[in-house]
Amino acid sequence: MRLAKFSPRFWIALAVFAVIFLFGFIGPFLFPGHTPTKVVGGLYDPPSGVAWLGTDHIGQDVFGQLIYGTRTSLIVGLLGGAVAVVVGVVIGTLAGYIGGWVEEALMAFTNVIVAIPQIVVLILISIALNSRSAVGVGLVIAVTSWPWTARATRAQASSVRVREHLDIARLSGSGPIGMIMYDVLPYMLSYVVMAFVLQMSSAILTEAALSLLGLGPSNGVSLGIMLHWALAFESVRNGAWWAFVPPTVLLTLIAFVLLMLQSSLDEFFNPRLRGFGTRLRKVRGRLAGTIPLPGTVPVSPGVSGAELSPEPAAPGTAASGAAVPVGRKGSR
Amino acid sequence: MRFVRYLLRKAAWYLAVLVVAVFLNFLLPRLIPGNPVDTIVAQLGRGGVEGDSLRTIHEHYVHAFGLDQPMWRQFLTYLNHLVHGDLGLSFANYPAPVRGLIDDALPWTVAMQLPAILLGWIIGNLLGAAAAYKGGWADRGAFLGALFTSSVPYYCLAIILLYVLAVQFPVLPASGGYSFGNEPELTPAFFADAASHYWLPFLSLLLVFIGTQAVGMRSMAIYELGSDYVSYGRGLGLRDRTLVRYIFRNGMLPQITGLALSIGTLVAGALLTELVFSYPGLGTLLFNSISQNDYPVVSGITLVITVAVLAANFCVEIVYGIIDPRIRAAAQGER
Repeated sequence: MRLAKFSPRFWIALAVFAVIFLFGFIGPFLFPGHTPTKVVGGLYDPPSGVAWLGTDHIGQDVFGQLIYGTRTSLIVGLLGGAVAVVVGVVIGTLAGYIGGWVEEALMAFTNVIVAIPQIVVLILISIALNSRSAVGVGLVIAVTSWPWTARATRAQASSVRVREHLDIARLSGSGPIGMIMYDVLPYMLSYVVMAFVLQMSSAILTEAALSLLGLGPSNGVSLGIMLHWALAFESVRNGAWWAFVPPTVLLTLIAFVLLMLQSSLDEFFNPRLRGFGTRLRKVRGRLAGTIPLPGTVPVSPGVSGAELSPEPAAPGTAASGAAVPVGRKGSR
Repeated sequence: MRFVRYLLRKAAWYLAVLVVAVFLNFLLPRLIPGNPVDTIVAQLGRGGVEGDSLRTIHEHYVHAFGLDQPMWRQFLTYLNHLVHGDLGLSFANYPAPVRGLIDDALPWTVAMQLPAILLGWIIGNLLGAAAAYKGGWADRGAFLGALFTSSVPYYCLAIILLYVLAVQFPVLPASGGYSFGNEPELTPAFFADAASHYWLPFLSLLLVFIGTQAVGMRSMAIYELGSDYVSYGRGLGLRDRTLVRYIFRNGMLPQITGLALSIGTLVAGALLTELVFSYPGLGTLLFNSISQNDYPVVSGITLVITVAVLAANFCVEIVYGIIDPRIRAAAQGER
């Protein structure tokens, strides 16, 4: 994989995300004077030299809160995304690779979890936990969001399973674990990476949504919690833009940038998805001159990024078993 | 006959999921430290009721709620109540029934979302297909715009719209479903008032739906544009217009599923929009009951959401089974 092949969109998205990441994790050292709990003024003071982004409903420094809030949101996102992907990949790979009743059982379990709306389970678990740390919230989100990854991974794994190189590995005496590690997982790595990006983005937004409902981390501040208090104390209707615009902008930016990252990765791995400019019909105006390149297998919607998404646009197609993955035919 | 078998299998499966969901709904709120009776009695205690009578009240309620019975029997009682449409009593507005609170809130949620979903779906699909077909700068602009409105968290968009259109340039009312001091009633004056409050939440949802649908339709159309039947059709000398019709029709299938599912998830889809605009729907009710530890209302709302989503998914699968015989075959392990 040569780096130069990534699109500019990928590099821009990566750069913006890196800046947000550094803001959250290096920020506390760069701006030691700005801590989230320090009271520097009154109710919704406008931005000043002391409080760069004004103060919130109890006079705390919004800039300091933004640093620590970003950090909490990123921690929840990274942890929730990573755990969800690991659980999903383990279950999906085992189901797809082993097959038989193990696959049936694991997928039945996965499908039950998919069918129950995530927000319902999140609300119920969150109110049952009396105090929630950022790590706890991340884990709760992971527990409810792995099934999409498990499903996509299962489809991948069962298509990889019937490839010839596995026979060679088997002949040369690899055990099942070695085969999964060296002969199955590497072929799914691109999907795992994209799934992680999407799961991370969804975990960050889910945390914000939970926090807005009042079920966020109970210690510390996150972007969602900042919004929660800004709404609860009517900063929007009082025109105190500094209390709600920064977290809104950061959340939007994170969501947008991660989506960009995922979609440019998707285009990188599935060249047929590339849109502008490379579209063949450009040759003669509209539809003229569409020549299918020999050997380009159309990317099945079942294996493109849409399927990996924790909240795909149309979960029902997957739920109904309609999206029979491409490589599935030979596996039975 | 095969279709009946398919139907029964699906029905059984969804029933099983429903039981699991109802069980979670029953179990998780009961894991909260301290039981609901303690909460009510503590509130009474704050109201100045004395110790001995408090204990009597406590025992009375423990018995009335069936908390002195084993868990499985409590679950059966809970199921029995559910079947009769009884969701229990609210703590915060004791003794208002949860059912009544939800019944009051639900119409607002549906009335806000349904038009936004339908209109957004139509506009979004047309936009997406047009962008894919035109290509070039129109595509680039429409795609980035749609990608943005679909990836912005919908509550963030709602907050920004609220600030711009109700605070900075106060052209629309800033909160609620109707003006303060007005009561819901069937008069033209009330409807006019409600309509002016309707615009902001509606707009914020509409933009998001347009974006989501346009992104989906565009990538479907691009995928179809490059497919073999299009080249073959061109080889036969079909006109562009005919081809576009084919492409549109094929691209629509997943979009229709998307529509059905967003109508199904409608109840849970915009909880936070209501919260931002203090719109008197389920989202605001949920928010208030969470902040007041009003567990019966919370679990009543989660139950309504679950049932709505499961019912919608079930309907989609049935319709798909009717439309597409391949799905029936796949479900029965045939190829």
